[in-house]
Amino acid sequence: MAEYQNIFNKVQIREPGYPGVALPKGELPRLGKPVFNYWLGKIGDAQIGPIYLGFAGVASLVCGFVAIEIIGFNMAASVNWSPIEFLQNFFWLALEPPPPAYGLSFPPLGDGGWWLIAGFFLTASILLWWLRTYQRAIALGTGTHIAWAFAAAIFFYLSLGFIRPILMGSWGEAVPFGIFPHLDWTAAISIRYGNFYYNPFHALSIAFLYGSAVLFAMHGGTILATSRYGGDREIDQITDRGTAAERAMLLWRWTMGFNASMESIHRWAWWFAVLTVITAGIGILLTGTVVENWYLWGVKHGIVAPYPSELTIQDPSLLQGVSQ
Amino acid sequence: MKTVTAKTLVLGAVGAGVLLAGCEAPPPEIVQNGYRGLQMQSVYNPKDLQASLNANVPPEPIPAAASTPGMPKAKDMYKNVQVLGELTVPEFNRIMVALTNWVAPKEGCYYCHVNEGFEYDGIYTKVVSRRMIQMTQDTNANWKDHVADTGVTCYTCHRGNPVPPYVWVTDPGPGSASGIAPTGQNIAAKSVAYASLPYDPFTPFLLGDNDVRVIGETALPQGNRSSIKQAEWTYGLMMHISQALGVNCTYCHNSRSFYSWDQSAPQRTTAWYAIRHVRELNNDYVVPLSDIIPDTRKGPLGDVYKVYCTTCHQGAYKPLYGAKMLKDYPALAQPLPEGGLEAVKAAAEAAAAEAQQAKAAVVEAPTPAPAEEQPAQEAAAPAAAAPAEINPQPEPPGVQTQPRLRYPPPSMMQYPPPPLQYPPAPAPR
Repeated sequence: MAEYQNIFNKVQIREPGYPGVALPKGELPRLGKPVFNYWLGKIGDAQIGPIYLGFAGVASLVCGFVAIEIIGFNMAASVNWSPIEFLQNFFWLALEPPPPAYGLSFPPLGDGGWWLIAGFFLTASILLWWLRTYQRAIALGTGTHIAWAFAAAIFFYLSLGFIRPILMGSWGEAVPFGIFPHLDWTAAISIRYGNFYYNPFHALSIAFLYGSAVLFAMHGGTILATSRYGGDREIDQITDRGTAAERAMLLWRWTMGFNASMESIHRWAWWFAVLTVITAGIGILLTGTVVENWYLWGVKHGIVAPYPSELTIQDPSLLQGVSQ
Repeated sequence: MKTVTAKTLVLGAVGAGVLLAGCEAPPPEIVQNGYRGLQMQSVYNPKDLQASLNANVPPEPIPAAASTPGMPKAKDMYKNVQVLGELTVPEFNRIMVALTNWVAPKEGCYYCHVNEGFEYDGIYTKVVSRRMIQMTQDTNANWKDHVADTGVTCYTCHRGNPVPPYVWVTDPGPGSASGIAPTGQNIAAKSVAYASLPYDPFTPFLLGDNDVRVIGETALPQGNRSSIKQAEWTYGLMMHISQALGVNCTYCHNSRSFYSWDQSAPQRTTAWYAIRHVRELNNDYVVPLSDIIPDTRKGPLGDVYKVYCTTCHQGAYKPLYGAKMLKDYPALAQPLPEGGLEAVKAAAEAAAAEAQQAKAAVVEAPTPAPAEEQPAQEAAAPAAAAPAEINPQPEPPGVQTQPRLRYPPPSMMQYPPPPLQYPPAPAPR
């Protein structure tokens, strides 16, 4: 029997391209004629297209395009339109949020105003794309689990760039649009607020993030390992448990005493992924609004390990008779 | 099939080789400077460290001048000797030779002197040298918290060049398009170790006296309105210090709490004084010379070359790895009093004797403990807690002033009051 369900497929199916069921009346059409790609067939389905964009998809792409154009042109303007400088500094360039002195007012375009506009279009694009995942799920008659997981990620995005800046009273608290700049911002917020290491929601988020990766590996490995017994028919085996499910569950029960079921493993994975961003968002929203210095907060609540200091020094600015 | 496997293997090997080429050969050299298990240590690449050690060697000292107390003074023998006049003539000539070797070995005496007469002040390099000698004397006498007894000489910065090899000027950046306010950051800049942090942290902190501190010192919010952007400026300065001294963050800080002094290494105190010292050097000595320094020795914005950490340190945690160069050139150790080096020596001996006597007195009758430190701290606390006015002259946002470029953009350092009233922290039980 040909091995089909593996990542580097040895066989690929070639049938006439399937465009999908007929669309209801009044909907925008699907775009593109199906084509087949041999290399994509190696890692998944070889059929490309058609794609359904609909109103939300088209609007989302337009908004996303506008946002990226604004960001790109601002980056180019920050090096005085020099194409060489733009390429050399590409990873360093950014569209920065307004300086903090502007508070929540609308600053001049060149001093952060463009950031607000780009942020608006990017947010609109993301929300419209969310709408699309929701609508497509309804149209296909499936549950809306993906849309809600995506919504959790959007909550984190909005916490960083919208909700927390409003709570803090300044757009300047938000994240810049740029590759290295947003990473430096990440380091800077942790330093400014006394070390995120002691932020319990940061810790939870990391636990869920790493846990997601572990669960993904465990689940993927289990299903691949039992596919020779039909383990790839996961959904069938939820209600009609066969030898694949039995063997998979026994493997985990024997190795760690407890096992998930064919259905619950998917809930485990979904919640781990969703809680990664929900806890991250809570950690961000508490920073600066409720907690000023996470290290000192940790000291207060007894989570900071003490250790002896051989040489304790004092803040020189508190010493008397010091110059300046 | 076989050729495919062979090709894949070759490709894989080449790829791995390329990746490994970016690594440094182990083992690194590690110096611990804090409590164990905290990664408070400096990590050195032995090869780079050796190169740096070789590059930071002071020149052989010039043999001491044959000087006796009764000899004529430089001020009596030569005209217009304002700073070193109290030296005897051989001492004076010796320091002039040393200066030439340190600063203008190729150009010689005529770099600062002219044929009209050595006393002639019409050449700017002579006026600048005089001021720089005063700067060196002031540093060695009054900034021992930074330079200790090791001190500095002209060579510490100059290293045989008329202009020290490492200086800074206000960086106008790449020049942004009209209508786009420069943010002062987000360019691949060597000054901050190629981070996207503000690339000129020197103007606000080593020339201006913007507050370096941004981290809140209370668990809950109590009015610290430093913004994340402001934290990036401080972060940029720290990157510079780290690069200039060839050390990492944990040379001074315990990285679990950057702000707290009780967990920092003693080096942090030195750095604290150093920031204030460099600020004073720039404001009191370097910038006032702007009028006489020619435009060829100024930055794109017309400001003179200024001092920062790299100027002296040049990659070493102590300049010249702590070589005690100053002890061979006592004329640079302090402003010369009446009587020259003889008087300095006599004063030092008198002070030592006095200290000896005081020590004996203490042993005889122990005096009460020195002034309590507690009240001093309490007195300082309210001042620290008060919302820090970071920019003394707040500028309304949006107003474009001339010159257009100001570092940091003033609006970066201000932060509006909090929109929400935070409840006060609960009283300790």
